[in-house]
Parts: sequence; C-alpha cells; structure tokens
Amino acid sequence: MGKKVAIIGTGQTNHCSSREDVNEMELVYEAAAAALKDAEMTIAEIDAVVLANMELFEGRALHDMWCGEGGGAFMKHSFKISTGGTSGTSGAISGYYHAASGLFDRVMVVGFEKHSDGNTLAGMALTDPFWDRHVAAAAIGNFALSVSEYMADRGVTEEQSAKVAVKARRNACNNPHAHLQMPDLTVKKVLESPVLAYPVHRLEMCPQSDGACAIIFASEEIAKKRCPRPAWVRAAVTRHDHIYLGEVKNRLATMRSLKEAAKVAYETVGIKEPLKEFDVAEIYDPLTYAEIAWYEALGFCEDGEGGKLIDDGITHMDGELPVNPSGGVISTNPVGASGTIRVAEAALQIHGKGGKRQIPDVSLALATGYGVYCWSDVLILSSKPD
Amino acid sequence: MNPQVAIIGTSQTKFEADKGYEDIPETVFKVVQQAMAEAGIDRDDLDSIVTSSVDLWDGRTASNQMLTDVVGSIMKPESRVAGDGLGAVFQGMLAILAGASEITLVVSQCRGSMGVHNEISNWVFDPIYQQPLGLDYLSAGALQANHYMNQFGISQEDCARVVIKNRRDAQNNPYAQVVKEATVEEVMGSLMWAYPIKEMDAAPVSDGACAVVLASRHKAKALSKEPVWILGAGSCLDSHYLGDRDLTGGDALIRASNAAYGMAGISDPLKELDVAEVSAAFSYQELLWTELMGFCNRGEGARILQEGMTSLGGALPVNPSGGMIAGNPVTVAGLTRLVEVVLQVRGEAGARQVRGARRALAHGTTGCCGQGQYVMIVGN
Repeated sequence: MGKKVAIIGTGQTNHCSSREDVNEMELVYEAAAAALKDAEMTIAEIDAVVLANMELFEGRALHDMWCGEGGGAFMKHSFKISTGGTSGTSGAISGYYHAASGLFDRVMVVGFEKHSDGNTLAGMALTDPFWDRHVAAAAIGNFALSVSEYMADRGVTEEQSAKVAVKARRNACNNPHAHLQMPDLTVKKVLESPVLAYPVHRLEMCPQSDGACAIIFASEEIAKKRCPRPAWVRAAVTRHDHIYLGEVKNRLATMRSLKEAAKVAYETVGIKEPLKEFDVAEIYDPLTYAEIAWYEALGFCEDGEGGKLIDDGITHMDGELPVNPSGGVISTNPVGASGTIRVAEAALQIHGKGGKRQIPDVSLALATGYGVYCWSDVLILSSKPD
Repeated sequence: MNPQVAIIGTSQTKFEADKGYEDIPETVFKVVQQAMAEAGIDRDDLDSIVTSSVDLWDGRTASNQMLTDVVGSIMKPESRVAGDGLGAVFQGMLAILAGASEITLVVSQCRGSMGVHNEISNWVFDPIYQQPLGLDYLSAGALQANHYMNQFGISQEDCARVVIKNRRDAQNNPYAQVVKEATVEEVMGSLMWAYPIKEMDAAPVSDGACAVVLASRHKAKALSKEPVWILGAGSCLDSHYLGDRDLTGGDALIRASNAAYGMAGISDPLKELDVAEVSAAFSYQELLWTELMGFCNRGEGARILQEGMTSLGGALPVNPSGGMIAGNPVTVAGLTRLVEVVLQVRGEAGARQVRGARRALAHGTTGCCGQGQYVMIVGN
C-alpha cells in the first residue's frame, strides 16, 4: 500500500481574460511561488513537479518544456498530464501518486492555461474529425444538445439554471482570485444575456480565463511536521466513458463516469449520505446546468431533484452543503487549472484559509473534475488521515 | 528493497513511414490486444491505463480521447502523459507504488507522418525568444552537435559510424523501418540538413505504437513466469533556454541515470549492464548520451563505439534494435526502448538478442537536446 498523503499548501494566480502582465511561464511561477509561501517551503525542498494543461489552446507542443521551470521543475523529476478538462484534477491525482509512492515526499502540482495566447474555440473544435466535428463543434454545441435532453428528461427549468449562475458569481465576490465577480447579478439578467446555442445563455457558461493553480502534496511524516491542519487525500478516483455524442443517451443526466467515480470514492471513505457528511464541495461546473446534473450524479439528491436543491438554497454559502464557495468554473476557468483549483479550494477550506469564502469547521471536502463531455475525477479530502 | 513493479506484457508495431492504411485507434487497438495477450490478461483485469501522445502530432484536442475505447478505459481510470512514453511508464509505476492500481496498461502512439516535424518541434520552444528564431529539434540539435564535437574532437565520421552500427543491427529487428546497410561514405555524402547533421544522421519520420503491461509484485508473481522487474528509475528536467544550459554537460541525464543506478544498486554501468537502448534522434546523441550515462569517460563515446564495445557482442551493446535511427515515432521512442530491453532480458529478442542479458537500461528523452531525461533499469 502507498503512503498517506496530504495537501500542505496551495497557491493561485489572479485570473482574468487576459493576463498581459505575465507570460505563461511567469504565470506558472506565480502560482508555484504562492503555494511555496503558503506551505512555508523553498523550491529546493520539492522533489518532483507535475504540470497539467491543455496544450492546443495555446498552440504549443510539449508545453512543460518551457513552463516547467516556472513551476520549479529545473533539475527535478517532472512531466505533464494532459487529459482535456480533467487535466487539473488528473495532475493532482498524479501528484498524490508521486507522494504516496514512497519515491517522492514533497510534490508540486501546477495546473495552468493562458487562453489569451491562443484561440480557445478553435482548440475546442478540434474534436473527432469524422463524426463529432461537423455535428456540434466545440463545447457549447455539445452542451446545447445534452442540456436540452436533460431539461426534457428531468424537468429542470431555465430559472433554476440561472440561480446557479447568480450563486456562483456572487460567491466569486468573496474570492480575490476569481475572474467573474458579479455582486448584482439576477436571474433576469442571466436569462436576458445572449443565447449562445439554445438553451444555453452566455451568463450560464464558463468564461475563458488566464491563470494557474499550484498544490503541494506531502507524504505523512512531512505533512504532520510542516502543516498545522493538513488536508489528507482520502480518495482519488478517475473514470472515463465513451466519447462520441451518440454513444451515451442523455449524457448529462446519466453521467455514469461521475456516478461510478463517486461511488468508488464514497466506498473508500465510507460515505453514505454525501449531502450530510460533506462540509463543502468544489465541483467542476462547465455550465450552470451541469452543476445541477452533478448534484444528482454525486448523490446529493435523487435524480430529478437537483433543481430543487438550488431552489431551496441547500448549496448556497449558508446551506447544508455549500457548493463552490469559490465561484466555481463558471466564474473562473483556466481549463488546465480549473480542476486543480477545485482541489486547492477544497484543501483551502480544510486548512481554514478560505478568508471571506471560508465555510466554518470544514473537515470533509469533495472536489471533482470534468472533461471531454464524459470523463470524471473525484477527490475526497479530510482533516483526518484515516 | 525488493522491486515492486514488473513488466508482464509488451508489444510494438512495425514502424513505418506512413500507416495511412489504418487509423490511429486501429493501430493502438492492435498493440493493446497483443500486450494483454502476452500478459495473459483481458480488459477486465486492467485497473488503470496510462497513455502518452501529443495533441499537436495528432491534430486534435485532448487527443487521448480517441483512444478511450481501444485502450479499454470505459469506466476505468486513464491518464495521459503528454510527452515521451517512458514518462507514461513512470506515471503507471507510481500508481502501482501508491497502491492505486495492480495492473496498469501503458500505451504510446505517434504519427510522424501526420505533421511537419520541424514546425511542431519549433512550437516546443518558448514563443518569445526562441520560437521566432526558427529553432527546431534539428537546428537546436546541430548547435548541440557542434558544441560536443568541438569540445571533444569528435569527427563527422565518428558520428556516421553510429549510423552504420544502427542500420546494420536494425536488419535483425523485424519492427524496424530503416534496414538498409550504409557506409561511412554514404552518410558523409547524404544531404547536409543543418551542419554537421546530415540526412542519414537523423532518425526517420515514422508511424507506430507500443504498449506494456505493468503489474504489482503480487500480481506479477501470480500472472507471469518471467516477470521483468523495474529495478531503478530516474528522471530529470533541464533548463529550457539553450543559453542557460551547458548543452554537453548533460546535468539532467547525469542526475536521471544516477538516480536509476542508485535504486538498482549499480556502480559501474559498463560492467553491470548487459544491454542499453537509448533514445538518440541524431547520431551524435548516441555518443553523447552514452558518455553522460557513464558507459565511458567524457569524450570517449566515439572510441568505445569504434572499438566495438557498444556493438552486438561488445561489452555493452547499445541499441541492438537499431535505435531511433531505425524508426522514430517521436513520443513512442522511450517506450520502444523499454519494450526492446524487456525482450532482451527475457531472451526473446531473436536475431538481435544479446546473449545472457539479465540487466538492461532503457532511456527516453523529451524536448530539444535532451531537456527532459528518463532512465529505467530492468532485470529478471
């Protein structure tokens, strides 16, 4: 068996649509330096560096060659994980493996993306060239199809979706790193924003952000020595599914990769009632409707009751299970870092360093990653090592 | 410490200039099926999968998604290392050591024929200072070659002899793409691409794929009569900017190989290793890498080659498969090296077999001029 591992430090850049003040390596450096400061460590103490990113967005090959040094990888073991939208969580899971393996004790993971360097829509559109590319290019078209199907199947309303957008952008106001902070957003304003592809409105989608996020994982002895309240990794599970649109009916409602990953993770930790047992969840919401669908897939409620959860304020900051106090992916979305940010924000809540977005007394936190319309990562962090 | 991770199945495609007769998932499906058959397992036995590929070579975003079905990762975990295949083996090994997986499939694929090598390798360089210069793996490699050859008095003929050796040995390798013997005169007379690198000094453009099945100690013993163990592993990343690096100093490779030797308990690689497969995209790199990995003193790579020490039958045969000169699907190179040394240690390398091989080294590299380096030692 592997060693016990905890997150002992996190760091994020500020996010916005174009970080013209830094180049991409400097962006990576900014997050890595912040994580080192948070963990009160020097780069010399780090044994390995895992990078995570989607290279086609910037049009770069082997991105880690240039940006690795920004993460402090010089003269260390390093490679880059790239698994689409889940890159950031898969990178975190790789970092966890590194520290659990016994070969490395202090591991830096940096997820990063600088969308303003490239053309995100073009990058997204480069899907399967034979079938999907012509049918529903890029994320928005794909979501429009699966959201329509989901609404018809589960009776989720436009208003419920808009409420998720309002919650997220208001929560983001408490997060100094968040990209879209909208204190005055209303359901009406969300539904009056332009329709990108029916039924998806502009303010229901994630933005494209420039940014990076770093996490420091440490093996048990180091974690106990160096961190007053380590965030222990209790489960880290990945599940993939078929990628073609036609292969899985009602994809958003079904989302069996997330269901299966959550099931395995919950079993590992012994969680039976996620809504009651988790103190906070940071879930990868590429658009508002997905957040509602994930409530159901993650077992926060029965199928078809996701909309009710947002209606009743259960997932608000003061609700039974606050979801995305950070503002989530629909507020901040540097794709390669978006998953890393979920894990970092979950850890931050356990560390008690959430500032204005801190949920009181967090001891069990959930983080998820999502990518390629059907891939899922689930991580469970706890204030207790076992 | 007892080795904890073994290789229980391998496979590789024949490397070809253009595999346009089948699509990438078809190629990958074949190597996956073969590796699992060799390991005596099927899809249900896989706990996790690691792939290695690069989006720009594949011409699509998150390009590992096209492999989800054929690598068997439906409702299973898959991760992708966007770089050399030996890096993916690291990820697979770490998952097993972490207790997260008992049987892990590692797959690497690349279609050199689908992209323009010089352009894609130009996009590896930072976009501010180096990319606009037009640097690519070839022109950067030429700088490294000049530095190395000047520093140690290595001639172009010395480098040509690497090509002669590898092309000769590639004839014993049924998976090789370039199998035509060559003479020093032919190499010297081939087209000058970027001084001193000539067309025949360089690895060809290739399509291909490779797969290995990794297993935990417990599973390896249960499933395999002859597991080949990972005895040591090391990796290291050097600086990106060419001007920041000592291009012949090879700090990254020295560190990576020392880490691997340390784990495997090797102090004299020339004596203690039986065979080595190294990733050299250009002839000079085989000489340079063998020096940095301590097979000989600095500057003596050409001498030990000329004396036959690195030939089949020599003290430490290097690249009996023909190496990358015989076939080069870019990011697959490191995993190919591992597959080859596993075959050697098992005694299943056919006409390219090094007699009595028990302990072997596989080397992989990523980025330009060996910026990222991976070394693995395997043994029975």
